Amino acid sequence: MKKFLALILALSMVFALAACGESKAPEQPAETPADAAETPAEGGTIQVAAVSTAFTDAYPEMWAEIGAAFEAQTGIKVEFIEDKNLEDVIGPSMQGGEYPDVVYLPVGRPAGLTEQFVKDKLVADLSDVLEMTVPGETVKVSEKISDGFLDTSITNPYADGKTYLAPMFYDPCGLFYNAGLFEEKGWEVPTTWDQMWELGDKAKEEGISLFTYPTTGYFDAFLYGLMYTVGGPEFFEKATHYEEGIWDTPEAKTCFDIIGKLATYTNPVTPAQANDQDFKQNQQLILDNKALFMPNGSWIAGEMADSPKADGFKWGMTAIPAVKDGGDRYSFCWFQQCWIPSGAENADGAKQFIAFLYSDKAQEIFAKGGAVQPITGAADTISDAEKKEFLAIYDNNVKPAMGGFASYKAVAGLGSVREVFLDPVNGLVSGNVTVEEWVNGIKEASSQMLANLQ
Amino acid sequence: MEKRKGQGLFITLCVAPAVILFTIFMIVPTLNVFRMSLFERGAYSPTETFVGFNNFKILFSDPKFIASMQNTILLIVVVTVVTFAFALTFAAILTKEKIKGQNFFRVIFYIPNILSIVVIAGIFSAIYKPENGMLNSILSMFSGKTVMLLWKDQPLVVISVIIAMVWQAIGYYMVMYMASMSSVPLSLYESASLDGAGRITQFFQLTIPLVWTNIRTTLTFFIISTINMAFLFVKSMVAKGMMDVGLSFMYNQKDAGLYGYSMAAGVIIFLFSFLLSAFVNRATKREPLEF
Repeated sequence: MKKFLALILALSMVFALAACGESKAPEQPAETPADAAETPAEGGTIQVAAVSTAFTDAYPEMWAEIGAAFEAQTGIKVEFIEDKNLEDVIGPSMQGGEYPDVVYLPVGRPAGLTEQFVKDKLVADLSDVLEMTVPGETVKVSEKISDGFLDTSITNPYADGKTYLAPMFYDPCGLFYNAGLFEEKGWEVPTTWDQMWELGDKAKEEGISLFTYPTTGYFDAFLYGLMYTVGGPEFFEKATHYEEGIWDTPEAKTCFDIIGKLATYTNPVTPAQANDQDFKQNQQLILDNKALFMPNGSWIAGEMADSPKADGFKWGMTAIPAVKDGGDRYSFCWFQQCWIPSGAENADGAKQFIAFLYSDKAQEIFAKGGAVQPITGAADTISDAEKKEFLAIYDNNVKPAMGGFASYKAVAGLGSVREVFLDPVNGLVSGNVTVEEWVNGIKEASSQMLANLQ
Repeated sequence: MEKRKGQGLFITLCVAPAVILFTIFMIVPTLNVFRMSLFERGAYSPTETFVGFNNFKILFSDPKFIASMQNTILLIVVVTVVTFAFALTFAAILTKEKIKGQNFFRVIFYIPNILSIVVIAGIFSAIYKPENGMLNSILSMFSGKTVMLLWKDQPLVVISVIIAMVWQAIGYYMVMYMASMSSVPLSLYESASLDGAGRITQFFQLTIPLVWTNIRTTLTFFIISTINMAFLFVKSMVAKGMMDVGLSFMYNQKDAGLYGYSMAAGVIIFLFSFLLSAFVNRATKREPLEF
């Protein structure tokens, strides 16, 4: 009888475990991808986790077609995991030690999954991908990728000259406005901040605010662009590496003053709508002529395509205004990333897949969704007129700004870059936080970030 | 003897699956929370370092955590008091008074409870919209000038969350109280009214004492569910970093790659809700009345 009882208990235990689902045998994944020397067998399969974005909304077959083209080229099958909240889908199994072979998920998302992998050094070195020839072509990957994309603190997070995150799909970011309204009123798009404030006063008389923003998260590209505009690449480099005393320099002061002043010109309803639920209502302020400018990226035209617009609405995009007349102007080039977890089982296939993403054939498929790979000539494959115009921003004396705050080791009690630098902007606009409080918070956190730099 | 043995086996078999599942999915993870709060590790990192009680030390000096716990306590107190007041009143009205369409109201009040938080957040985003939002439009109509209150900005954001949470919770508790109130024999009310007790006196002297056991039980439920619901409401309604509650603080720490620290916050919240429930249970203890 006891045996029977034990058997039943054991069985229900097995059942309970099986109910956990997908719990494969906990075999140790290959140590590092470099060790996985075995060549992918013909017909091998790799698993690619790709976050669904506006690009896949525009062309849902995008990844399936990429998979088919890749298989035709190399004989390796690709399984895709696609989801808007990819973190929730792959996160739990990755905690259990099961990794997709390629992850396309940019930094800067609220759940910060990619950042965590970078901080914990769980991403594979992609240096040898750069040396590979693009499948089906004769050029090397590193030659194909446009200048500047491979030496940012995002792609090379550990400052050791090695690339860990491969740059994907770029979008120029800048200030977006209703070009139709400017024509109608006979206003000039400002090229310096002084002109900007002048325009702000003029618009105020007509009941239009100068500025709005979707959420504080959109200030990252804006702040980066502003730092480049004010102090050039050198200042940007120092600031994003939290150099000592950097926030006391005149350049930093100019940046803070501009954002502080901009907060007083911001449409007052903005912070109340600056959450994930309502941010489109802030974007709608531009479409309704209730605010003139907002920081955003070139995906905005597609994102707001179906929203009601004021008569004569036409998208316009401009770089961050210069500090003084004739000064350099920058537009932050926002790009996404894909990477290989160092626990991936088919690292070789994964590397070929990433190399393939930079082929002309892949770009042709991406173009159907409006996505642009950072490779030469990619912008020409885009057929959408608006997006084409946005991409041409760098042709008009505007320099691309790239990079981001350097990765630092997570420390308890120390806020994230977004919490420290960007989130207080809501308080600046509504008047709950003064510029001084904001800057003091930055200074305090910045020295801790410097101490924990990776 | 033989018979009793068989019975014991039967009971063991019946209870075993539940006990095993409960152990695997509730007890083990809970113990794991306590264990992990003593370590520092990333959510996806296989390595962990033992840091003792360091996480707790930092936690108690982290102004963000203290602020988020203050918000949690504020929400628990205000939402509980307001919800219970409304739920009891509505339940008393719907059981004791003759109102047309009683069942209709019962359904209407219950609906918010079956809506998902995402839907509720959508509804309230329309209500709280600064321009042409429902609430501001109504206020404008009565005050005669354009009201532009920013409901989802500081400092009103707490009130907005409270309103949404109360709206969501009333129906469920109302239905619970209606069930126990309708079992109170009518003869008691009749004799009370013969003694000259008005409706309000009846409510406080008769109804409340007689459903007191029910109120006590639901109070414990409610405190625990408010801690959870506050997180969901804040996450779906409020801008990042504007107002945090205990659990959303914990969640943010996980996203920042501080798994151990986030678990330490989890331990504090666990103990807090446990102790609070025990305290409330103690404080509301009365001699049970029977009818």
